[in-house]
Amino acid sequence: MAIDQELYRPPPPVTPPEGGSWRQRVIPWWPHPNILTGILLGAGGYALGHFLGNVIAGNWARFGNTNMNDVALIIGYLVATLGFLVGIGALNYPVAKIFGLDPPLAKAAPRGLSRYFAYTPDHKVVGWQYLIGMLIYFFTGGMFALAIRTELLFPRYHSHIFNPETYLTIVGIHGTMMMMMMTSVIVGPFGNYFVPLMIGAKRMAYPRLEALSFWLTPPAYIILLSTMLVGGFPTGWTGYAPLANEAVQGMDGYEVAFALMALSLIITSVNMIATIVDFRAPGMRWTRLPMFVWGALTTSVLTALAPPVLFAGLYFMGMDRTVGTALFVDAHGGSSYLWENVFWFFGHPEVYILALPGFAIAAELLPVFTRRRLFGYNVSAAGMIGVCFMSWFVWQHHLFVSGINADMRPLFMLTTEVISIPTGFIYLVAMATLWKGKLRFEVPSLFVLAFYLNFLIGGVSGVFLSDVPVDVTVHGSFFVQAHFHYTIMGGLIFAFFGAIYYWIPKMTGYEMNKTLGWIHFWVMFIAFQLTFIPLFIVGELGMPRRYFEYAPKWATLNQTASAGAYAIAISMIIFVINLVYSMVWARKRSVENPWFSRGLEWQTATPPPPDNFERIPLVLSHPYDYGNPIEDIPVADLRGVPTPAVLAASAAGVSGGSDEIDDPPGPGAGPGDRGGEQ
Amino acid sequence: MADAALTPAAPAQREPHHFARIFIIWLVATAIADILIWFFLYPHLAPGRLTSSAHGDQYDMTVLLMCAAPVLFAVWLWFGYSCIYFSNRGTVPEDGAWYERDSVAIQVSWIAITSLIVFGLFVFGTYELIAPAGAGGGEGPSAIWRPPGAPSSSYAALHPKPWKPGSHPALLEVQVIGQQWLWTFRWPQFGGMETTSLYLPTNTTIQFNVTSLDVIHSFWPYRLGVKADANPGVNNVAYTTTTGQTHSFTYRCDELCGIWHGDMIGTGHVVSQAAFYRWATTEEKKLAPLTRHLPPYSLTYTPSLHGAGGGLYPQLDKPTPKSTGS
Ligand SMILES: [Cu+2]
Ligand SMILES: [Cu+2]
Repeated sequence: MAIDQELYRPPPPVTPPEGGSWRQRVIPWWPHPNILTGILLGAGGYALGHFLGNVIAGNWARFGNTNMNDVALIIGYLVATLGFLVGIGALNYPVAKIFGLDPPLAKAAPRGLSRYFAYTPDHKVVGWQYLIGMLIYFFTGGMFALAIRTELLFPRYHSHIFNPETYLTIVGIHGTMMMMMMTSVIVGPFGNYFVPLMIGAKRMAYPRLEALSFWLTPPAYIILLSTMLVGGFPTGWTGYAPLANEAVQGMDGYEVAFALMALSLIITSVNMIATIVDFRAPGMRWTRLPMFVWGALTTSVLTALAPPVLFAGLYFMGMDRTVGTALFVDAHGGSSYLWENVFWFFGHPEVYILALPGFAIAAELLPVFTRRRLFGYNVSAAGMIGVCFMSWFVWQHHLFVSGINADMRPLFMLTTEVISIPTGFIYLVAMATLWKGKLRFEVPSLFVLAFYLNFLIGGVSGVFLSDVPVDVTVHGSFFVQAHFHYTIMGGLIFAFFGAIYYWIPKMTGYEMNKTLGWIHFWVMFIAFQLTFIPLFIVGELGMPRRYFEYAPKWATLNQTASAGAYAIAISMIIFVINLVYSMVWARKRSVENPWFSRGLEWQTATPPPPDNFERIPLVLSHPYDYGNPIEDIPVADLRGVPTPAVLAASAAGVSGGSDEIDDPPGPGAGPGDRGGEQ
Repeated sequence: MADAALTPAAPAQREPHHFARIFIIWLVATAIADILIWFFLYPHLAPGRLTSSAHGDQYDMTVLLMCAAPVLFAVWLWFGYSCIYFSNRGTVPEDGAWYERDSVAIQVSWIAITSLIVFGLFVFGTYELIAPAGAGGGEGPSAIWRPPGAPSSSYAALHPKPWKPGSHPALLEVQVIGQQWLWTFRWPQFGGMETTSLYLPTNTTIQFNVTSLDVIHSFWPYRLGVKADANPGVNNVAYTTTTGQTHSFTYRCDELCGIWHGDMIGTGHVVSQAAFYRWATTEEKKLAPLTRHLPPYSLTYTPSLHGAGGGLYPQLDKPTPKSTGS
């Protein structure tokens, strides 16, 4: 079942070098891996790469004429990223291994705040790094959204705030930031932090890869923002060729940043899959796996397989733009359809990469707050697996009017509509779990309810888009934009905030302020509807997406949406105030298990100790068995190393052949720690 | 009945029949909503009824709305009802009702109902796509679903029969050429002239041949219920049939194509067949001196370095004194 993690030991203490201890020899700070060295080497790397690019391609006619050397920029970006990773210490271990050296031993793990800026194998620290990183990326993307809504306050000719290049760059950065930087918004922070805790492991399978997956995101973020300095990019997040081929240098930043994120996603998912498959504690059978872990697993399957396709597409684009291959240029034997196909073959699974974690959070939290058994555990997991599988067969629904494979449209209509069957499972599970439960309206449960209501509208409007005749009207319009904001913002982001309110007490030991949480929720929920319902209408009335100027008859609806967007921004400010106030100012101790959850992650100390569990726990029962009157079994025995009697009972349960999810182990199991059952 | 299945050991005490309550509210709400949608929303829904494909899209949208209403109401009512009746507003958590096994009947019927809806929508959508010849969407170079009288091959599309008022079946071919940031139209039945204005006759089946000279655009005359991407080097065909009503319509670009994407708009007009014929023949004569200098009418065009949108790959184009660098 799970490998013996007791074998994992912290590295032996560092022996001081000959002639004295570390402290005696004064070593400046910069040769040590740290973030400032990373930034310095990144900057130096950029200069070096840019110089190399100029040496290689400086006299190419295609660059000489325009003074825009894409080769220099791309090599600059790549060497800068490499320099940053060297500086932060990402390569010490692998490079030492390659040359057959003993890898440099880590000094004692840094304590205090500095460890959050370090390349660290501690999964909880990486979880925090991801959480703060994702919030920064999200708020940055949100600023760009506000800029868009501000520009769209007024229809035509009256008052422009931006020029069209800037506006399109803002649109592109908003989309790219939200769709790529935010891809791991849940699996990054909560997956890395809580998956080991929820499956009873002490760490992730590949801690260095875990650190690398996070530390690839800051360079991607900087590179994406840097596109503004070199003219921006006009394509939006979809990067359609051949518009991308003729775009100015900002396009290169889009390629490199997106490719780095693709790499980060692949790395995260490999780590996540290995951890979930191999590191489950004894007794954590597949039929006891928490729903959140199922979500992390299915999402990771998608993020392992979809981003490589994107990576290839971006590589093609880079080749087109630098050495002059013409993969996307019809006049020279390429095809504009190639990018569309490659992009959406990644892009549609990407959409579900953003939806599945939301499903998972919602299914994880709902039983805790209804205090009722999760209805249809198997159906719930099957729904996620079904969505994961089906999402590979639908990508051409983005191309219904493109003229490619017109005869295949019924097929893609069918597959797209079929995917709503497994998605429907998620609603069956939610509705039956609510029924005759005892729902408590805490801040996290409000976000979960909002998730279901928003995603419903997103999902149903998706069925409209899958219907070709309707798609002829709404394709490429604000209807589409409203649709996917309902699924991603209304779904994923609401689930994300639900998860923050739910797990922050566990991660910090401090309570979030409830009143501010309520205000945050209600302002965000109402403002969200105010923003995107008008956009459904304006799209249905014929306004295309990504418009800089629009007909005056659509002004009122757009202004309503803009007002809603500002209100969302206010709700975000309330959230930040709540976070800072609760964590820095008030610091009110949270009780051990404020939601009375049965989840394994709640059974250990708060905040979790460095090794998560003193011993590998023995999982005894299903995480969602709330209110079982027949046998009140704790979720796990935290005393770890089981007594022979317990082991025998557990083994009997495992090999009993029963697929039932609630079969109790024998009486020898003992009460253990019953954190969940107050 | 669902709630009985969820709680097989339900106590005998009288509890309100929750499921029946929700069902009745749902039935009433659905009936009202669907009646409102059919009688009051349908006639005004986008994109109107000014062409066959627009009317078809409008009908589809209406049917989907009528199917969506019961689904939305079911979930909303269920959630709302549960929040009211199955909630715990106290501070002490209480456990919800326990049950031993997930009801198989509920799971199976849920899957059956959702599958039925999904496959029903698929059959309906496919019929509505094929019967009206592609529902106004771009069908690529060789459309497989064509209206009567439409040319069956690219060759035939290149050499259409002449169009005159009253000729039947009267198919008019219009080539739509997108480029940054402008739409132009070429008329193979009128000497291959190229115009910047768009006039269409009433009661006529139109074949739009949509192509691009540079990047991907998308031709979207909203009121006509037509949308077809303009890909460079590709002829993307879309059909629609105008009604007897004359009107003006706006066409836009629906695929991000650069900074003035939002400005690729124009106004087209559907006029009587006679008026259209007069306009077309007059324009043909007026433009004849210019038409001679255009490249011959073709389904796609490849611009050169010296033409519109050219210059992306100068080293592969014919060398000119200026671009023979290394
Ligand atoms: Cu899709
Ligand atoms: Cu355009």
